[in-house]
Amino acid sequence: MFSRGYRAIVTVPPLVWVGVFLLVPYLLMFCHSFWSVSESQIIVHSWTLDNYHELFAKPVYWQTLLRSMWIAARVTLFSLLLGYPLAYFLSFHAGKRKDLYYQLVIIPLWVSYLVRAYAWKTILGTDGVLNTLLQYVHVARHPLDFLLYSPFAVVLTLTHIYTPFTFLPIYASLEHIPRNLVEASHDLGASPMQTFWRVIFPLSIPGVLAGATFAFVLSLGDFLAPLLLGGPSGIMISNIVVSLFGAAYNWPLGAAISLGMLLLVIGLIFFSERLEKKWSFS
Amino acid sequence: MELFMSGKATAANDTRWLRIHAFAVFAFLYLPIAVLIVYSFNGQGVGGFPPRDLTLNWYKILFEDGPIWEAVLNSLMVAFAAMVIALAFGIPAALALDRAQFPGKALFRRLVLLPLILPGIITGLSLLMLFRMADVKLSLVTIVLGHGTALISVATTEVFAGLQKLNRAQEEASLDLGANYWQTFWRITVPNLKLSIIGAALLIFTLSMDEIAVSFFLIGRDNTLPLEIWGRLRRGITPEINAISTIIFVFSLIAIVFWYRLRVGAEEATEVGAECAPAAESHEGA
Repeated sequence: MFSRGYRAIVTVPPLVWVGVFLLVPYLLMFCHSFWSVSESQIIVHSWTLDNYHELFAKPVYWQTLLRSMWIAARVTLFSLLLGYPLAYFLSFHAGKRKDLYYQLVIIPLWVSYLVRAYAWKTILGTDGVLNTLLQYVHVARHPLDFLLYSPFAVVLTLTHIYTPFTFLPIYASLEHIPRNLVEASHDLGASPMQTFWRVIFPLSIPGVLAGATFAFVLSLGDFLAPLLLGGPSGIMISNIVVSLFGAAYNWPLGAAISLGMLLLVIGLIFFSERLEKKWSFS
Repeated sequence: MELFMSGKATAANDTRWLRIHAFAVFAFLYLPIAVLIVYSFNGQGVGGFPPRDLTLNWYKILFEDGPIWEAVLNSLMVAFAAMVIALAFGIPAALALDRAQFPGKALFRRLVLLPLILPGIITGLSLLMLFRMADVKLSLVTIVLGHGTALISVATTEVFAGLQKLNRAQEEASLDLGANYWQTFWRITVPNLKLSIIGAALLIFTLSMDEIAVSFFLIGRDNTLPLEIWGRLRRGITPEINAISTIIFVFSLIAIVFWYRLRVGAEEATEVGAECAPAAESHEGA
């Protein structure tokens, strides 16, 4: 029903824009990762595998990547542990208050990422709210200094930020479960536990996968929370990239790491989509 | 009967644990926000329990702080411009994905949506390389281009979802009755997508106001608000930042309430509309 002209008008401008501002930049990142920097800090446009050699040769990159993945994995796990039961409660047991509770989960998303990370900093610091509170009620005599500038602080903050993101797709998938399936399970004599594990949970797996992917990928690439709260032991892979693009001025090496992250992320999304399809019903 | 009773008892028990869990999660989500607001009135600086010497002084300092308001103004301009770009390209992109076939469509869809899930650092850095190669000086304009491009994904997702629910019969009728595509688009398609478009616009505006990872790499001489705050955080923290955050939070709440009422109003309207015109539903698949 739509003419050729109509289709061209809606297709060409976005294609051109996305080509120029997304596809070309990704290709440039790809190219940079095979270039190098000269002594006089000029980017040399001749092809080399040196950057990749360096990535594999120096353990610091591997170790930081693994530490970042470990932080991201913990964030994902905690976000699921917080988000899933909450989503289940809202979807099945919240009754009339469902909409209100849903909005209450959404509202923190509207508070700036930076501001929430900063708020945790004021809570966890040595003169922070938590430490002075503990001393005030005489639980601790000295401030606990492991709270801030540690991987713990990064995991806590990122969990705080990504729990609502994990909650949303899980809640959506729970809401899509036909209620008569749950009733049928009850009627056929299954206990609430059996109904949950055999009917509800399997049907919510696509939502869990989507939420987990989101939390993992976004926390893996984070560099602001580590800078603000991580301290030296909380450095993540993106912090290395930031310093390579900044003070260290080695864009090609930074591009190689970024490209690795990009491929890792795309691989994860692809993998999770395959799994989602396998588990989705319709 | 006994089995039935015990089943019911555990069910109530489960719900109790779920309630406690839900309460704990909400406490966790709101604790930093509460701390933020309370300490914006704290005379003794950030932290320190209990809060003491409650004062409005930080707000007074904030209102006299020129650079902060300049950054707020910059952020508002950037968010507005990014919103225009994202909608101008995101709405056609959604239409294209919904109703046109072209080579590379699957790739295009993935590419458009990628910034939604990609860590901001990758989008920011790849654009930085583009601007460097093209010899474009970094400024608020490059930030607008970055935000606009990254947030096309939001506009496309929202509008595409709206298009899926759209009743095609109305557009067909409009074309059959002699309206051209342009008229049909403005008089039928856009009004039907109004809610999706407003929702997308609000979301894009807020996300852009808050965006820092992409802006971090594309910043020129002028700061956006998050980058101004970031700069100050690195120099040391004062409750002035709590004060500006509290103000932003209040504005966000107003935006949410506004959006919520708009949506509830529209849903009620469509429910009434659906009752009046049940016949229209059957044409949907056509």
